[in-house]
Amino acid sequence: MAAKNDAARLVPLHRPSFDWGNIMVNILLPVAGVLVALLISAIMLLVLKADPIAAYSAMVTGAAGSVSGITQSLVKATPLLLVGLGICIAFRANVINIGGEGQIIAGALLATWFPLTFSAWPGWLLIPSTLLIGFIGGAAWGFVPGFLKARLQVNEILSTIMMNSIAQQLMNMLLHGALMDPSGIAAGTFLAQSARIPQQAWLPRLVPQTLLHAGAILAVILALLVYFFLWRTTIGYRIRAVGLNPNAARYAGINVPFYQALSMTLAGGFAGIAGAIEVIGVQHRLLDGVTSGYGFTGIVAALLGSLHPLGLIPASILFGGLLVGAGQMQRAVQVPSSLITGILGLVVLFVSGSALWSRRWAANRKLGAQKDGKAQL
Amino acid sequence: MNDVFSMGVVAGILTSMIRLATPFLYAAIGETFSQTSGVVNLGVDGIMLLSAYGAFYVALNTGNLWLAMLVAVLIGLLMGLLMAFISVTLKAEQGISGIGLYMLGLGLSSLLFKITIGTVKTIDGFPPVKVPLLGDIPVIGPILFHNSLPVYGAFLLVPIAWWILEKTTLGLNIKAVGQNPAAADSLGISVDGIRYFSVCLGSALAGLAGASLSIAIVDLFQDNLTAGQGFIAVALVYFGGWSPWGVMGGSLLFSIVNSLQLWMQVLGVKIPSDVAVMLPYLFTIAALMVAVNRVRQPAALNKPFERGEN
Repeated sequence: MAAKNDAARLVPLHRPSFDWGNIMVNILLPVAGVLVALLISAIMLLVLKADPIAAYSAMVTGAAGSVSGITQSLVKATPLLLVGLGICIAFRANVINIGGEGQIIAGALLATWFPLTFSAWPGWLLIPSTLLIGFIGGAAWGFVPGFLKARLQVNEILSTIMMNSIAQQLMNMLLHGALMDPSGIAAGTFLAQSARIPQQAWLPRLVPQTLLHAGAILAVILALLVYFFLWRTTIGYRIRAVGLNPNAARYAGINVPFYQALSMTLAGGFAGIAGAIEVIGVQHRLLDGVTSGYGFTGIVAALLGSLHPLGLIPASILFGGLLVGAGQMQRAVQVPSSLITGILGLVVLFVSGSALWSRRWAANRKLGAQKDGKAQL
Repeated sequence: MNDVFSMGVVAGILTSMIRLATPFLYAAIGETFSQTSGVVNLGVDGIMLLSAYGAFYVALNTGNLWLAMLVAVLIGLLMGLLMAFISVTLKAEQGISGIGLYMLGLGLSSLLFKITIGTVKTIDGFPPVKVPLLGDIPVIGPILFHNSLPVYGAFLLVPIAWWILEKTTLGLNIKAVGQNPAAADSLGISVDGIRYFSVCLGSALAGLAGASLSIAIVDLFQDNLTAGQGFIAVALVYFGGWSPWGVMGGSLLFSIVNSLQLWMQVLGVKIPSDVAVMLPYLFTIAALMVAVNRVRQPAALNKPFERGEN
C-alpha cells in the first residue's frame, strides 16, 4: 500500500516542456464540466418555473455587455486570481486550503489598521507596505493550520474551515469595537464599518469612472511570478515534490512538514493580499462582507485552471464574470444569485470527478509511447 | 456570577446540551460509517442544509412531520449516491469533491428557500414526549426524558451503530474495506459496493441531522442554517476515534461548551459575545489537536481503491 498512495491524485505529473495534448485535455475537461453544470442548472431553473435562457442572457450581458460590466468582472477576477494562486501553491504540496475566507479577512484587517495608523506616510511607501502587511496577516492565518498539519497531523481542511469562522467573528468584534468608524459613532449610526483609509493609500484607477484598479495588473504579475517560483526555483520544486509523493520526497532528504507548512503559509499570504487589495483598491474601508465568498470561489477557479498559475488567469476572469452576471440576473429576472454557489459546487464535483479520465488518458498515452519506441522493462 | 452554578441553570445547560448534541450525533455517526469504509465525506454540511430545507418545506406545506423526515432521508440518500459515484466510481480526491457537495447543498438550499418560501417562518416541530416513569425522576427526568422523538432517536443510534460495526458481518466488511481494501477484495467482498452502502447510509443520517435541526430543534429554516455544524461533525469523528461511543462523548463535550457559551450570554457573564461564539470553533481545533490516537484511523481513509494497483 505504501509508496504511491499518498501521491497527490489531484496533481497531474508535470512535463518540463509544453505538452499541447496534455494542455488540451486540461482545458477541455474543465470547460465541459462548466457546460454540464450550466445545463443542469438550466433544467433546475425550468423545474422552478424560471426561464433559464432569460437568466443566462441577463448573466452574460451583465458581465460582458458593457464597459462597466467588463471592468467589474475584472475587479472581481482580481481577488479570485490571488486567492487561487495561493490555493495552487498549497494544492501542489497536497495541502488543501479551504481557509481563503479567513485569510482574506486577516489580510484585510491588518491592511485597514495600517494605513489608518500611519496616515502621514506618502503613497509610494504606504501602498507597498500595506500590501506587505496584508500578506503577513493572511500568512499568519495560514501558518496556524499549516503548522498544526505539519506537527500534529491535524486535518487542514477542518482546521482551515474553523479558522474561517474565527476570523469572521474577530472581524465582527473589531468592526463593532476598535476599528469602528469614529464618524459613525459621532453621528450615532454605529455602522459596522471602518473609517475611510487616507486617499494616498488608494490603488490608482486604470480606467476612469470605473472600479478597475492597479491591483488587477499586480495580480497578473504575481501569477507569472508564482509560475516561475513553482517550476524554476528549488523551493518550488520541493513543494511540488512533497505533493507528488511525500515518501519519495522524504527519502530525497526534503523536510516534508516544513514545506507543507510553508505552502499553507504562502497560500494564506496570497489570500491576505487579496484582502488588502479589496480594502485599498475597491472599498477604501473595511466592510463586513469583504470576502464576498472569494475564498471558496477561488478554490473553484484554481481547480478549473488545472492548478496552474497561468490557467488560473482565464479561469478567474470567467468566475469574476459569473459573479457579476449573477448579480445582474438577480435584478433582471429575480433568480436568486445563490444559484451561482450551486453551479460552482457542480463544477467542483465534475472537475474533481473527471480527474480520473485525464489520469487514464495520460497513462494510456505513456503506454502507447512505450509500445512505439523500444520495449522498456 | 453566583447564579451561574445554581441548580436551575445547571439543569438548563444540560437540557440544551442534549438538544444541541442531536444533529451532531446523527451527522457524526453517519460520517463514522462512511469513514470506517475509507471515504471521507466532507459534504455533510451541504447534505444537512438541503435536507433541513426539504424537511422544513414539507412540514410547512403538509404539516406531516414524518413525511418531512422521510424526504430528508431521501435527499440525503440522493446526495450520498452522488458523493459515492464521484469518490468511489470516479475515484476523485475526496476532500475536493466533498467541498463541491457542500457548495451544491449550500447554494441549492438557499436558492430553493428564496424561491419557494422567501421569508423566515417557524413551524410546530416535533413536540417533547415524556418517557413514562423515567420522566418522573427528579432533575434527571426533565433533562433526559422530556425530549422530542428525533432526540431520543439520535441517542438510540449510538448503541445500534456500535452493534452494527462491532458485532455483525456487515460491520466487519465495512472495517475490512477501510483497513485493507485489497485483502477484502481478494476475499470476494465488493469494495465499491460496501463503500457505496456506507456513504449512502452516512448521508441518509446526515439528512436526518438536517431535519432534526429544522423541524425538531430550532423549528425554522434560513440561509446557511447549519453554520458549519456538518464540518464540526466530521471533526468529531476524528476526535471520537471512529467509535460511536467516542463520537457520542465528543458530541456531548462539544455541545456542553456550546450551551455554556449560550447560557453565559443569556446570563450576561462579562465576555464579549463574539469571543463566546468563537469558542466552539477554537474548541474544535483543540479537539483535532488532542485526537492523536491516530492508530485507529482506517488505514485506507481518503484512498480510492483500484484493483491491481499497489
